[in-house]
Amino acid sequence: MTTLPWLDTLVRLVYLVAAVGFVLGLHLMRSPATARKGNLLSAAGMAAAIAATAILLYAGDAEHSGDVVAWATLALVLGTLVGSVGGFVSARRVQMTAMPQLVSLFNAVGGGAAAVVAFVEFLRVGDAVTAGFAIPVGLDVIIGSVTFSGSLVAAGKLQGWVSGAPITFAGSRLATAVSAVVALGGAAWIVVDSSLWLLVVVTVASLAFGILMVLPIGGADMPVVISLLNAFTGLAVAMAGFVVDNQIMIIAGALVGASGAILTQQMAEAMNRSVLAIMVGGFGTGDAVAGDAAVGAAAEVRRTDADDVAIQLAYASKVIIVPGYGLAAAQAQRECGELGQLLTDRGITVYYAVHPVAGRMPGHMNVLLAEADVPYTQLKEMDEVNPEFDTCDVALVVGANDVTNPAARRPGNAISGMPILDVDRARSIVVIKRSLGHGYAGLDNELYGAPATSMLFADAKKGLGQILAAVKAYAG
Amino acid sequence: MSPDLLSNLALFVLALLVGFEVISKIPATLHTPMMSGANSIHGVVLVGAVLIAGIADSLLGYLLVFVAAAFAAMNVVGGYVVTDRMLGMFRAKPKPAAAAAPEGTDR
Repeated sequence: MTTLPWLDTLVRLVYLVAAVGFVLGLHLMRSPATARKGNLLSAAGMAAAIAATAILLYAGDAEHSGDVVAWATLALVLGTLVGSVGGFVSARRVQMTAMPQLVSLFNAVGGGAAAVVAFVEFLRVGDAVTAGFAIPVGLDVIIGSVTFSGSLVAAGKLQGWVSGAPITFAGSRLATAVSAVVALGGAAWIVVDSSLWLLVVVTVASLAFGILMVLPIGGADMPVVISLLNAFTGLAVAMAGFVVDNQIMIIAGALVGASGAILTQQMAEAMNRSVLAIMVGGFGTGDAVAGDAAVGAAAEVRRTDADDVAIQLAYASKVIIVPGYGLAAAQAQRECGELGQLLTDRGITVYYAVHPVAGRMPGHMNVLLAEADVPYTQLKEMDEVNPEFDTCDVALVVGANDVTNPAARRPGNAISGMPILDVDRARSIVVIKRSLGHGYAGLDNELYGAPATSMLFADAKKGLGQILAAVKAYAG
Repeated sequence: MSPDLLSNLALFVLALLVGFEVISKIPATLHTPMMSGANSIHGVVLVGAVLIAGIADSLLGYLLVFVAAAFAAMNVVGGYVVTDRMLGMFRAKPKPAAAAAPEGTDR
């Protein structure tokens, strides 16, 4: 086969353009107004990079010389077809509430593909393994396999196929440690002895580690886990780029790795826990457990009903809605959006105060509300909305708990120092909640006992529905 | 280390830094679409699947190429489509019908 130097140069230039597309695409995601354009730009870069690679492969590749076997072409085309259709259909059909599962699934297949790429290249190179090759192969297979199995377990937990509660068994910590040691040790040994069976052992141990790592993590910690696995996938792809000596894979993988790492850190900070503490896991609550477990010891709280809340809302001039995990769990975002719209129509200023960890993945609550036709100009981040509570007539808390607890401002408790929404500064506070149960941190929420707070004991969907009906009846 | 490996390493580190810089300025409102967008970017592993198709010459090789291509294509196509779908939901103004309602009046 002839090698064409100019083609190689051209492909590298296309890669450069693609890399610029990825970076600019992410850059445009700084504002909802330009984000969609950014995504298209990134997709165009991707299409160019893939097309250029395919042309390089079939028109003459300097490095992977030798004609492409017809069977390999068939495998590539069929695989791409099957994957594209699968990806397209699931992307079109997925419910926005199921978004975290889908992202998790895409993490899994991305990591899996990266590991497979290293495998095939390893098969080709055979005995001529150098450290500069063996190290990225080992890292790629480890990170890719861990991401694959770990993301599948995470998706299973989010979907409800695997219990959301932390799962541990006798010796599970030991098993986790052993699988990690075997994976790392095996990978290190590949530098010395490049047998295929060794790589298989590393793969199996890494797959086991991925499962054992995610099983003990509670459902409420999923935003952190998904971010972390996203970062892992990026790193696995970058390592695969080292293995096959491909620059666009290295660049794109590193970009994603960095983005996942930042989000992971931000999520952990917003939950007031370290990434390490979350990954070590073993506590944290499942989906349904939170909130229902214990009714607070006859705390002095004021009860209210939907009619009273409706009157308060109808005569307010500024209302801030604080949606939390309970809103997503009860699938009440439609009712929430409708109520917000109704109040906006009455000339009331309505904001949604969204805590960084609200929902089941970073920023998830915003997507759910956007789907319920809440304009993004009303979606406010924590730092932006906190000063607004001082001049807010009614703060309506729906299914949020720890992130509104003023105890976080004092030292000496489980949530000390956690960034919270200053809901307690509002003139009147209405909390829709099923019971006085504890949130994730297992603390009494001091907000509920505050003089300005009244409680509406109901499921988020039902409670909002009643308020909505009452406001409508009231406004006639 | 070979010069190739060194320049790849430089690319890797610089891309990490660019990633940190770009991502840390994205508002929390868009974290889910951003994550899903980053997710589609790691679908670039499809490039790797294409490259290994050039070296596969055994049944095991073909099978692995198929798996890698299917996984990567699912990642890249699904990722971009779902990100676009999500971003299409972010609107600055409520739907026209609702926005047309008179402001500040009791109806």
